[in-house]
Amino acid sequence: MKKFTLAAAVLGAVALGATGAHAQSRDQIRIVGSSTVFPFSTAVAEEFGRTTSFKTPIVESTGTGGGLKLFCAGVGTGHPDITNASRRIKKSEVDQCTQNGVNGIIEVKIGFDGIVVAASKDAEPMTLTLRDLYLALAAKVPAPGTDGGEANLIDNPYTTWAEVNPDLPNRKIEVLGPPPTSGTRDAFDELAIEGGCVTFSGNKAMAKSNSKLFKAACHGLREDGAYIEAGENDNLIVQKLQANTNAIGVFGFSFLDQNADVIQGFPISHDDMAAVEPTFDDIASGAYPISRSLYFYVKKAHIGVVPGIREFLSEFTSDKAWGDLGYLADRGLIPLPEDERAKVEADAANLNELKLD
Amino acid sequence: MSDNADFRPTDWGSDKMQARLRNRYRKERTFRVAGFAAVIAAGLFLVSLLFSIVRDGSMGFLQTSVDLDVTFSAEILGDPRAMTPEAFDEGVRRVNMQRLLLSALTDYFPEATSRRDQRALLKLVSTGARDQLRQMVLDKPDIVGTKQTVRLLAADDIDQLRKGKIDADAHENDRKVKDQELGWYKKLVADDRISLNFHTEFLTSGDSREPELAGIWGATVGSALTLMVTLLIAFPVGVLTAIYLEEFAPKNRITDFIEVNINNLAAVPSIVFGLLGLALFLGVMNLPRSAPLVGGLTLALMTLPTIIIASRASIKAVPPSIRDAARGLGASPMQVVFHHVVPLAMPGILTGTIIGMAQALGETAPLLMIGMVAFIVDIPGGVTDAATALPVQIYLWADSPERAFVEKTSAAIMVLLAFLIAMNGVAIWLRQKFERHW
Repeated sequence: MKKFTLAAAVLGAVALGATGAHAQSRDQIRIVGSSTVFPFSTAVAEEFGRTTSFKTPIVESTGTGGGLKLFCAGVGTGHPDITNASRRIKKSEVDQCTQNGVNGIIEVKIGFDGIVVAASKDAEPMTLTLRDLYLALAAKVPAPGTDGGEANLIDNPYTTWAEVNPDLPNRKIEVLGPPPTSGTRDAFDELAIEGGCVTFSGNKAMAKSNSKLFKAACHGLREDGAYIEAGENDNLIVQKLQANTNAIGVFGFSFLDQNADVIQGFPISHDDMAAVEPTFDDIASGAYPISRSLYFYVKKAHIGVVPGIREFLSEFTSDKAWGDLGYLADRGLIPLPEDERAKVEADAANLNELKLD
Repeated sequence: MSDNADFRPTDWGSDKMQARLRNRYRKERTFRVAGFAAVIAAGLFLVSLLFSIVRDGSMGFLQTSVDLDVTFSAEILGDPRAMTPEAFDEGVRRVNMQRLLLSALTDYFPEATSRRDQRALLKLVSTGARDQLRQMVLDKPDIVGTKQTVRLLAADDIDQLRKGKIDADAHENDRKVKDQELGWYKKLVADDRISLNFHTEFLTSGDSREPELAGIWGATVGSALTLMVTLLIAFPVGVLTAIYLEEFAPKNRITDFIEVNINNLAAVPSIVFGLLGLALFLGVMNLPRSAPLVGGLTLALMTLPTIIIASRASIKAVPPSIRDAARGLGASPMQVVFHHVVPLAMPGILTGTIIGMAQALGETAPLLMIGMVAFIVDIPGGVTDAATALPVQIYLWADSPERAFVEKTSAAIMVLLAFLIAMNGVAIWLRQKFERHW
């Protein structure tokens, strides 16, 4: 008899699920996407749920690529309304969207995120150039005394910072950073490593002649133990830096901001320009060289179908959220300059669609 | 018979035999020592793990509060005696409670007059304090027009300062809490207005981006609902499969093939089941995303092989004499199985089930694929509501930049362990109940 009750219960549960699936209307915004934007998106979602009569949106942390894939899969309440991205949407992704009937996409640029190169407070401070970072961390570097280019690339021979640049301390190269699946890593490769890579004229020439090789040479990090993939968890890197004063970490600015008592961020310079400390103001002004823009994308077809999207947009783009003194700045988001904010806000309010050129 | 003629009793006294004996005893001693050392090592690992979790986590159950004298001014809130209760409630819901907070804070710290200082002042208390005040007014409209000492949640930085996680002696630039706030904090401490209390909301509320407001209940309910679905599907299906394969199925190539496959499935990485769940339950069956129903179904797929293998082993272990005796007394094959074999095998089946369920409780990888790794504030009310699970909550908190989430993470691990112990407790109790000796 017991078995039968169980079976009945199972059937009941499945039937319940089926009815849930058929009731396709949704009264709650669904957001997917980047884990970097996740802390900001959730903060807005919570505030939105608390101060309006709408339900608190559900925010999933799927990564930028995964989020855009879900977002572009189709129109209808089975698909997410908004996706967060730590880079701009690509042409191929827009095409994918169009193919699946997702036509109107509203782009909202929300601010900047700095990527910091940091170490324990007890460590000796260093001032790094992008070139130093490239020479210390890339898998292939130009042979000493050469200007790079295909013929001159050799396996990275450097083991200490002093070998890379005599001005730096004689300390072992030991860098903890994110794995290739992370958006932070993409940005670090693109802004820091590539930025240092093109300071060699031979490499720069390669960008035109052989873009595939250029990518491999200027984006590939070494795998001989000098660069250690420390997982997606930035808190873990912060803890490891405290334990090992020799090590250097690469992670998002908000983690430096929250741990300023135990961690120091190194000033970074671009070529011959002055070195810039990773501070709130210098990232916002664009002076700090390793920073990227953060975005979210809204499906226009869902506005009016899922309640609250318009209001969510205006909450996100309100001064109390993303302003210079807003609650997102408290969480480590670096706000856009004021005029750009005004423009994005107007675009969002008018539901202007994204146009990639 | 020459062998017999050569036979001599073992000479235990001979040197050779003594050496052999010594060698034997020595081996046994080494083995015992190694075994005991292994137990000690395992124990030490467990104790140090538990110790570090409890040390970090116990603070997560405590929360700093600030006592403030709040004037519930009728000017701001509206006069409940002058209007209908509905209109009053509606008005209170709209009021910006920050004004009450700010006036209470500036009464106490009259030196903070600039806008910047007032903003800094407001950051002493949690953003949840607004809702706390609102709820007080809604619960007791009579409060309007009076001045009350209210115990409000402190902001996470103040909380960390109280718990000693922020070093007050460090240089100002190296500190999250600046000198100005530190001065205010010290004044509050001197007046005995800062207190550390047990934080019930941690156990009763859903997730939040504010560490002081975040709670574990939403994830606990999500885990419970998910595991309920898993149990309802995996237990009957798994046990019936095991019974059929062991007691009724003919032994041929097809059943051999099935058996090999079940054993292989038990070793498949869990993320694969997540992908399967994504394709099948969300793609084909169109079930809602992030729902415990889908999570439970996916985890049931993962748990099935474990339950089947354990159940088959314990059914096999029931002595054939029991079956023979039952059949000899005229029981039908089904009666033999359900009246005799299954009850005797039940302890083993339950052990297998609990191992499978414990595994399911700790899973996050498959849940990522079906959208349960998410920020969800509302506490789920049913299996189709969006929900998250305990291990997912731990993962999300561990990844949050705010320092105060470190202790919340450990506290959540403690809740997860308590959940596991409760679940195992029920299983052990059931096993004792079913245990039969023969």
